[in-house]
Amino acid sequence: MDRVIPLDLTRLTVRELNHFLHHQLPTGDAVRVEILNPNGMHNLAVGLDALADIDILGHAGYFIAGMNKQANVTVHGNVGWSVSENIMSGTVRVKGCASECAGASGHGGLLVIEEDASSRCGISLKGCDIVVGGSVGHMSAFMAQAGTLVVCGDTGSSLGDSLYEATIYVGGKIHSLGADAQEEPMTAADVTRVTDLLTRAGITRDPKSFKRVASKRSLYHWHADAGQEY
Amino acid sequence: MCGIVGFLAKKPEFVQSLGEHVVPMLTCMGDRGPDSAGLAVFGEPVESSLRRFSLYAPDRRFDWSTFEQQLTARIGGQIELSALENHAVLIGSVEPVRLKAWLTEAHPALHLLSTGRAIDVYKDEGHPTDIARRYHFTQFSGTHAVGHTRMATESAVSPAHAHPFTAGEDFCLVHNGSLSNPYSVRRKLEKKGIRFETDNDTEAACRFLEWRMSDGDTLEAAIQKGFEELDGFFTLLMATADKLILVRDPFACKPAVAVETDEYVAISSEYRALAHLPGVKNARIFEPVPEQIYSWTVSSRST
Repeated sequence: MDRVIPLDLTRLTVRELNHFLHHQLPTGDAVRVEILNPNGMHNLAVGLDALADIDILGHAGYFIAGMNKQANVTVHGNVGWSVSENIMSGTVRVKGCASECAGASGHGGLLVIEEDASSRCGISLKGCDIVVGGSVGHMSAFMAQAGTLVVCGDTGSSLGDSLYEATIYVGGKIHSLGADAQEEPMTAADVTRVTDLLTRAGITRDPKSFKRVASKRSLYHWHADAGQEY
Repeated sequence: MCGIVGFLAKKPEFVQSLGEHVVPMLTCMGDRGPDSAGLAVFGEPVESSLRRFSLYAPDRRFDWSTFEQQLTARIGGQIELSALENHAVLIGSVEPVRLKAWLTEAHPALHLLSTGRAIDVYKDEGHPTDIARRYHFTQFSGTHAVGHTRMATESAVSPAHAHPFTAGEDFCLVHNGSLSNPYSVRRKLEKKGIRFETDNDTEAACRFLEWRMSDGDTLEAAIQKGFEELDGFFTLLMATADKLILVRDPFACKPAVAVETDEYVAISSEYRALAHLPGVKNARIFEPVPEQIYSWTVSSRST
């Protein structure tokens, strides 16, 4: 049975909480930490580099589980801006909704938003996989370089604007595509990739119903003849 | 960065305790705006022949009783003045134009912060916690309120530059963001005879919307024109005598989160400013989407 360590934010400062998670987590056994009374506070469980399960019991603020390595962080509520920004590995799961810039610049690992994510979800993605159970807002996957964004619901405007080599899969309606993003046929490999990510996210959807969006790659090189008409 | 807060009571007990709910919101958002703060509170409107005026004196030792005597002698009629430090609320059957003219002549240092039948405004320089304490915000009752904590980026820190801004009667606006064309908006309005009191960008937005309403637009129609006219970043929270209205610009770079229960509507820049509210943890919490007008109307009024 897991050993559960409760940490109450009515008694600890955020700095004390993160110091404990960085330096005082017991090693060896399976460890589970419960963070109580988050009350929308920012920067909870940032910079973790440990095999541990962290449960945040309530709504949390900005930059939750930023720069995460190895740990599995679950927020039992909503989060504010930039959840798991620059995530390197491990899993961050939000049981509710996420505000802007979810998973911004994430390098690896998995981010799951069970409900909706707001605008700029997966902005500048660098290798992380993101699965959103609901919809995403405008400018999602803006300049995303590597990794995957799976959106089970609808997307806002300018999806995948200035996209590099990240891939987007959308189960619902695409409000509009951004510059240099295009819809492409789903291959068997795409279906396998979506199936795997949905399974890991614990979301049941027909993977064949998704659309694939990737870069046209027309912005990769300067075309003298194109003038400024990009 | 700035902080915005708004609250609308749906039940009489929340009308009574409005200040107790709003003050923790405002002080929490002091992290986003420690320079100055302000609060506009709307209550039961006075009868149609009367007006409420919020006044600000730069001098904290300003002699309000002498001021009241001078005003009574000059303007006449029934006048009721309640002063709190350097702020005072004046209620009387005074024409707003006449009061303004007299203030300019007799007390040019005084600022007229608001005019209307339902609105009172308090704003000052300093940390929101200190300002809330100085003017006893926790004791305020009212149907709805709009507050702001300012971190100045584009114009001076002064009581006059603090939000909320008002224009016309029973209209106020707070702003998180920055406009990139306030001077062109201002030049356009000044040509129509509209006068500005500061060089603040938010004042341009406030006076633009009030100009549209004075021209016959509803606030909603004025905001639609505002989307075309105002360039820059903005989350705007506005209030009229019976409404609380929230909009975000097309980019929605400036945050807002709203919660609605059977008892109240509360809006803030960040959820943590709402976390103390009763029942909030299981309430409907949502992030307003860009360019959509969110409007709530006061229903708890007894008349």
